[in-house]
Amino acid sequence: MSETPALHAAAPVAPAGSVHTSHVAHHFASAQQQFDAGKLGIWIFLVTEILFFGGLFCAYAVYRAIHPEIFLYAHHYLDRTLGAVNTVVLIFSSLTMAWAVRCAQLDQRRGLAACLAITLVCASVFMGVKYVEYSQKWRHGLLWAGWFRPAEGSELSAHGLDGGHGPPPRDTGIFFSIYFLMTGLHGLHVLGGMGVIGWLLTGALRGRYGSQYFAPVDFVALYWHLVDMIWIFLFPLLYLIH
Amino acid sequence: MQHAVAERNGPVVGSAQHTSAHVVPLRVLLGVFAALVVLTYLTVKVAQVDLGAWNLFGALVIASIKAALVALYFMHLRYDSAFYSFLFVTGLAFLVMFLGFTLIDAVAYQPDIEEFRQATGV
Amino acid sequence: MQADAAFILSAVVSLADWRAAMRRLAMFRTELSQTDMSQTLATQPAPPIGPSLPQADNYLTHARGLRSWLFTLDHKRIAVMYLVGILGSFLLGGVFALLVRTELLSPGPTIMGKDMYNHMFTLHGAVMIFLFIIPGIPAVLGNFALPLMLGAKDVAFPRLNLASLWLWIVGAIFFLVAIHVGGLDTGWTFYTPYSTETPTAVIPAGLGAFVLGFSSIFTGINFIVSIHKLRAPGMTWFRMPLFLWGLYATAIIQVLATPVLGITILLLAAERVLEVGIFNPKWGGDPVLFQHFFWFYSHPAVYIMILPGMGVISELVSTFSRRHIFGYRFIAYSSVAIAVWGFLVWGHHMFTSGMTPLAAMIFSALTFSVSIPSAVKVFNWLATMYKGSIRLATPMCYAVAFICLFGIGGLTGLFLGTLATDVHLHDTYFVVGHFHYVMFGGTTVAFLGGLYYWWPKMTGRMYRERWGQLGALLLFLGLNLTFFPQFILGSRGMPRRYYDYSGLLARHPDFQWLHVLSSLGAYLTAVAMLVVLGTLVHSLFRGRPAPPNPWGAATLDWQCPSPPPHDNFAHTPMAGDPYDVEQFEYDPAAEGYVLRTAQGSAEGVAHV
Repeated sequence: MSETPALHAAAPVAPAGSVHTSHVAHHFASAQQQFDAGKLGIWIFLVTEILFFGGLFCAYAVYRAIHPEIFLYAHHYLDRTLGAVNTVVLIFSSLTMAWAVRCAQLDQRRGLAACLAITLVCASVFMGVKYVEYSQKWRHGLLWAGWFRPAEGSELSAHGLDGGHGPPPRDTGIFFSIYFLMTGLHGLHVLGGMGVIGWLLTGALRGRYGSQYFAPVDFVALYWHLVDMIWIFLFPLLYLIH
Repeated sequence: MQHAVAERNGPVVGSAQHTSAHVVPLRVLLGVFAALVVLTYLTVKVAQVDLGAWNLFGALVIASIKAALVALYFMHLRYDSAFYSFLFVTGLAFLVMFLGFTLIDAVAYQPDIEEFRQATGV
Repeated sequence: MQADAAFILSAVVSLADWRAAMRRLAMFRTELSQTDMSQTLATQPAPPIGPSLPQADNYLTHARGLRSWLFTLDHKRIAVMYLVGILGSFLLGGVFALLVRTELLSPGPTIMGKDMYNHMFTLHGAVMIFLFIIPGIPAVLGNFALPLMLGAKDVAFPRLNLASLWLWIVGAIFFLVAIHVGGLDTGWTFYTPYSTETPTAVIPAGLGAFVLGFSSIFTGINFIVSIHKLRAPGMTWFRMPLFLWGLYATAIIQVLATPVLGITILLLAAERVLEVGIFNPKWGGDPVLFQHFFWFYSHPAVYIMILPGMGVISELVSTFSRRHIFGYRFIAYSSVAIAVWGFLVWGHHMFTSGMTPLAAMIFSALTFSVSIPSAVKVFNWLATMYKGSIRLATPMCYAVAFICLFGIGGLTGLFLGTLATDVHLHDTYFVVGHFHYVMFGGTTVAFLGGLYYWWPKMTGRMYRERWGQLGALLLFLGLNLTFFPQFILGSRGMPRRYYDYSGLLARHPDFQWLHVLSSLGAYLTAVAMLVVLGTLVHSLFRGRPAPPNPWGAATLDWQCPSPPPHDNFAHTPMAGDPYDVEQFEYDPAAEGYVLRTAQGSAEGVAHV
C-alpha cells in the first residue's frame, strides 16, 4: 500500500557533512532559513518603529504648519552646536556598528568587541550631551507647555541668543512639548539600544559571534541605524529652523 | 548553495550549511561616513542662509539623502533582496499618507478656529 | 490562571481519552485475532477501524506541570491558554453589557447611578475590544492552525509568540487594576479633552492597551514571517488556505496601525501627567488631532477584527458545501485590498468633528469603495454554496449566520458613510447596532464557528451536534433581537451612551419598548452563549474521540491526528490544493473523512 503523497514527503535532505548546530531551531529547515526569517522579522519591527515615531512627526508637521511663528521663535533656544555634535557622534556610532557587523562576518573577534565598545561610548556621549541640553532647559524653565515658565533675563545659550526677539508668541510651550517628546522618545530608544548592544558586547567577549552566527549583531545594527536615521531628521527639523 | 552576489560588491561569507551574507567593503563604509559628515555640515550651512520656504524643503532633501545613504549602505538594502526595500518604503508611504491627510485637514479648519477665537476673545 | 485551567483541561482530556483508548484497544485486539491475516495487504498493518486512537503523546500530554504550560514554546498550547483568557474577557465584557442593557430597561435610573453607567459602557467596550476581539481569532485559531496549515512545526518565532501571550496577560492585569482603582468613564474612544481631565484610571487602562498593542504587533510579525518563510514544499502563495490570507492581511494592519495607537496612548499619558498640551486647547493643543491619531489606528483595527473571521468563513463554506471555494484569487486579493484600503477611511468617524467638506467628501467616497472587496467575498461564498452539498453542521450554521449578520452590518455601514445621513445617525444607536452586527454577528460568530470547527483537532473530542446547532440558532435569534431594534432606535434619534432617556419619551414613546426588546435580546444572547460554551465544555468530559478529519477538509491541518502531536508533523507534508474536498469521502466506520481510493474502498488515514 503506497503512502499517500499528500501526507508524506521526504524530509529535506541536509547537505553532506552539515552540522546541525545548536543555533538552528527545530522548526527551521536550515540556518539560512532561520537567518532570513530573523531578518524579515527585524525589518517588520523597524517598520513599526517608523509608524510609532511617525505619530510625533505628524504632530510636529501639524503644529509647525499652523503656528510657524512659535517654531521660528523657540528654536533659537536650542543649541545648534550641541545638536550638530550629537548628529556626528551618532553617525559615527552607526559606522562603528556597521563595522561591527563586518567584523562578525569576517571572524574578527577583537574588532567586533572594539566596534561594539566604541558604539557604546558614542551612545553615552550622545546621552551626555542630551543631559546637558535638558538640564539647561530645566534651569531656564523652558519645558513643555504646561510647565513652560521661561526665566526672566537669563542667558540662554552659549551664543547669547535670548528673548531679544520680543515676548514669546502665545503657546510657545508647544514647541518645547514637541521637542521633549521627540528627543525624549528618541533618547529612550538610544538607551534601549545601549542595553542591547551591551548584551551583544558580553556575548562578543565570550566569542559567541562569528561568520557562522552573526545574526544578532546584524539585526541589532539594523535597529541602531534606524535610531540614527530618526535623529538625522530630528536635527534639522528641531534645531535648524529658519 | 551559495548566494550569487557579484564578487565586485564584496566577498560573500558562509557555506552550504550556514548562512551566507554579503560583507560590505570597508571603503564603502568609510566613504558613506564621510559623505554623511559632509552633508551634515551642508545642512547647517544651508540653514544659515535665508531661503524662505525653501529652507525646510532643502533641509528635508538633505536629510533624506543622508537617510538613504544609511539605509542603502549601513543597513545594506543595496545588497539585499528588493523585498526589504519594498517593506521600508511601504512603511514610509503609510506614514506620509497619515501625515498628509491629517496635516491637510488640520490646516483646513484653522480659519474656523481663528474665527471662534476672535468672536469670543479666547 | 489560564495555565492552571489549561493544565486541568489537559489532565481531564487525557484521563478520559485513556479509558476510551483502552476500550478501543480491546476491541481492536478482538478484531485482529478474528481476522484472517493472509487477507491483509502486504506492506503495512491496516490502521485500526473506528475513530483513531488518541495518540499516546499529543501536545496536551507531551509535558506536564504548570511550568511546561507557562514557559511553553508550543504554538498549540499558547493558543489554548489564549482561549481561556479570551473567553474570560468575553465573560467580563459580557457582564458589563448585561448591566448596561438592564439599566436601559427603564428610562430613568434602574439599577445604577449615572457615573457607574459611564463606567459600565466604557469598560464593556474597552474590555471587549482590547482583550477579546482584537486578539481573538488570530491569537486562538491563528496560533493553533497557522503552523499546521502551513505544514510547519511552529511559528517562525516561538519565543516571540510566548512573549505575545505574556504581554496579553500583563495588559489584562492592567485593565483589572484600572477597574479597581478608579474605573474608566471616557468611552472606549478616550476622546480628549475629557480623557485628559477625568479623575478615573485612564493611565492604567491606557498602559494596558499599550501593552496589548505590543502583543498584537508581535503576533503580526510572527504570522507575516511564518507565512513568508515556513510554507510547506509545493505551497505557493496561491495554494495557501484562505484563512492564512486573512491572517496575513490582518498582520499587515497589526504591524502598520498599532504603533500609532501606541504613540497616541503615550501622548495621552504625557498629557495627563506632564501637561504637554498637544491635545489641550489651554496650551494651544488641538483635541481633534487626538481623533485623527486615534482613528488612524482604530479604523484599521476593525479590519483586524473582521479579516480573520472572513478567513474562517472561507474555510467553513468550502468544507461544508463539499465544493472547491469559488473565486480563490478574488478572495485572496480582496483580503489584502481591505487591509490597505482600510487605512484610507478613518475620517468617517469624524464627519461631525469640524472636518472641512472637501475632506469629508473624500473620506466618504473612499468609505464606499472599501465595501467593495467585502462584497466580493460574500458573493464568492454564496457562489461556493450554490449547487453544493451543504451539510449544516454546527460550524456551517455559524458560517450561514455570519453571512446574514455581516451582510446587515456591512450594509448599514453605508448609511453611516453617507455624509447627509451620517449627520443624523452619528452618535446614535444606529452606530451601536451597526458595529455590533459586524463585531458580534460577524467576528464573534466567525470565531465561534472556527472554534467549533477546530475543536475536534484541538481537543480530540467531538461535541454533541444537536446542542451545537441549538446554540448557534439561539445566538442568531438573540443577536437579531438585541441589535435590530437599535437601528430603529438610532434612526429615530436615540443617542448612544445616554443614561437617562426619559426626556426623549415625550416625543418618542416607542423608545422604551424598543430598549426593552433589545435588553430581552441581550438576555437571550447570554443564554445562547451558555449553551454554546457549555456544549464545548461538556465535550471535554463526554465527547467521543475525534478522527483526524471529521469534516473532510483538504487543508494540511487535518492531515495530522486529533489532537496533534507536539511536533505537528513527523515529515514535512507536501501541499496540494487546499480546497480539493472531492478527494475525501465519509467513512462511517472511521466516523470521519478519509481519502477516496480508486477501488472505492475506504483507506484509513495513515498516522503521520
